[in-house]
Amino acid sequence: MRYEMRFSGSGGQGVILASVIVAEAAVAAGLNTVQSQAYGPEARGGMCKAETILSRDQIWFSKVIRPNFLLALTQQSLDKFAGDLAEGAVVMADSSLTVPAGLDESQVLRLPILDTARDKVGKLMTANIVAVGAINKALGLFDEEALYEGVRRHIPAGTEELNWKALEAGAALVSDEQAAAFRQSLD
Amino acid sequence: MSKKAVLMQGNEACVEGAIAAGMRFYAGYPITPSTEIAEQCAVRLPQVGGKFVQMEDELASMAAVLGASVTGVKAMTATSGPGFSLKQENLGYGCLAEIPCVVVDVQRSGPSTGLPTSPAQGDYMQARWGTHGDHPVIALSPASVQETYRLIIRAFNLSEKYRTPVIFLMDEIVGHMREGVVLPGADELIINKRHISYHDGANKQCYYVPEGQYVPAMKPFGQGERYNITGLAHDVSGFPTGSNAVAGALYTRLMEKIDHNLDDIIRVEEYMLDDADTAVVCFGGTTRAVMSAIQEARAAGMKVGMFRPVTVWPFPEARLRARIHGLKRILVVEHNYGQMLLEVQRVAAERLPVEFLGRFDGTVIPPADILQKLREMEG
Repeated sequence: MRYEMRFSGSGGQGVILASVIVAEAAVAAGLNTVQSQAYGPEARGGMCKAETILSRDQIWFSKVIRPNFLLALTQQSLDKFAGDLAEGAVVMADSSLTVPAGLDESQVLRLPILDTARDKVGKLMTANIVAVGAINKALGLFDEEALYEGVRRHIPAGTEELNWKALEAGAALVSDEQAAAFRQSLD
Repeated sequence: MSKKAVLMQGNEACVEGAIAAGMRFYAGYPITPSTEIAEQCAVRLPQVGGKFVQMEDELASMAAVLGASVTGVKAMTATSGPGFSLKQENLGYGCLAEIPCVVVDVQRSGPSTGLPTSPAQGDYMQARWGTHGDHPVIALSPASVQETYRLIIRAFNLSEKYRTPVIFLMDEIVGHMREGVVLPGADELIINKRHISYHDGANKQCYYVPEGQYVPAMKPFGQGERYNITGLAHDVSGFPTGSNAVAGALYTRLMEKIDHNLDDIIRVEEYMLDDADTAVVCFGGTTRAVMSAIQEARAAGMKVGMFRPVTVWPFPEARLRARIHGLKRILVVEHNYGQMLLEVQRVAAERLPVEFLGRFDGTVIPPADILQKLREMEG
């Protein structure tokens, strides 16, 4: 399976870091990966996007043109990138968002990512880590060791417990049935 | 046991490779998309006993790098197009005074300030002809994060060996991408140091070069030899000369030290060319889209290969000329208006059709466009 993943949201939500952590976990798991992001003024408070490609095969072209996975944490990013998706793509969106016309409800997994970060983990800024936990559960990408290693390399020392809590809270948002349906939809 | 890969950004690999090569001085003025190089140097150099200086501007950065290098320290600066323009005068000083250093240009889109965060390869000709007067140039261009690490080491090695600035021509595509990198052990790397003295005793003049040699071997400043360095044409003592004969001999030697060592300097990656009808010529980050397109073209039964100059200056014309036999056509793909294209045309256009696919709006050429162009060319 080749994953062409796009992570989108608002500057400051940590979607670039989420894409880097997924790439880091992929390296720890022995997969090939290429990660990149859009830089620019829009990254500071406006819409921003980052991309990670995962594959067992060599990855040549480094950009994502038609993602088969999209994470959207804001309505603006969901509306904008819904039109770029590959056929059979799956979308993970915050539950506060409305699924735009043209996107089939069945391909969208809406999860309370932002609320969970704020209320259950206790810090809204962990939303990106909650999302990573949810993505990993939904797609079944990495074992726990690789995932935690990916996170560990990108968080300040002393914040481990908070981040493990966020990862677990994210994974808990996705039931086994939802994960199975999500993957089946993607295949 | 195989080494574990680590995730690294291209700009970061540039710094780690440079430190492995022995770089211990960095002076620069941060500019997108090269800024992570300055940031990482600021973190890493103090850890290895080196010095990082954020200078007041691009011109001073280049001057500081030359100054550091004459004391024997391996020195580097990094910039992007606007800053590369500003560095050109002192870059020429480095060429004439024969001061080793590495200048990284992470190319971005457009003339002037352009599109600061978008990729391009519009500085290819500037790397060759940016500084005035006839001068030698070595420029290398990486296509992956892994290659960035290895190739920056080679940039330092060539710089030290030939005592000349080496331009490391990156682009936003490679500079800002992250990939897994396997870092080689120190025992796997070849690290050149500059030659300091021919030991013949008779001639201690700093720019003295024995018959049959091309590179002077003065000691670094501060190690007991006093000599002059100037941007004026100079004789073997390093002092200015008004003699056209002496100046002419100097300029000739500068060119010949590169021209007579092309086999040592030039590296090319050739991919699936043996049975190819079509060769795609590209360099740097463009290579990624080209390689994707070639996989698809081959899967469709098209005989397509790639010719990629890794050493982009001097242009590997002998290698390309040797490859023309058997080819029916060449496609040059670049993120510019057609710059390496001119070199390819010079070498090949009399023998076979040379077509071009370029982009210069700050977006990346997708593999599908290359594939479509290949199909059109096959007719």
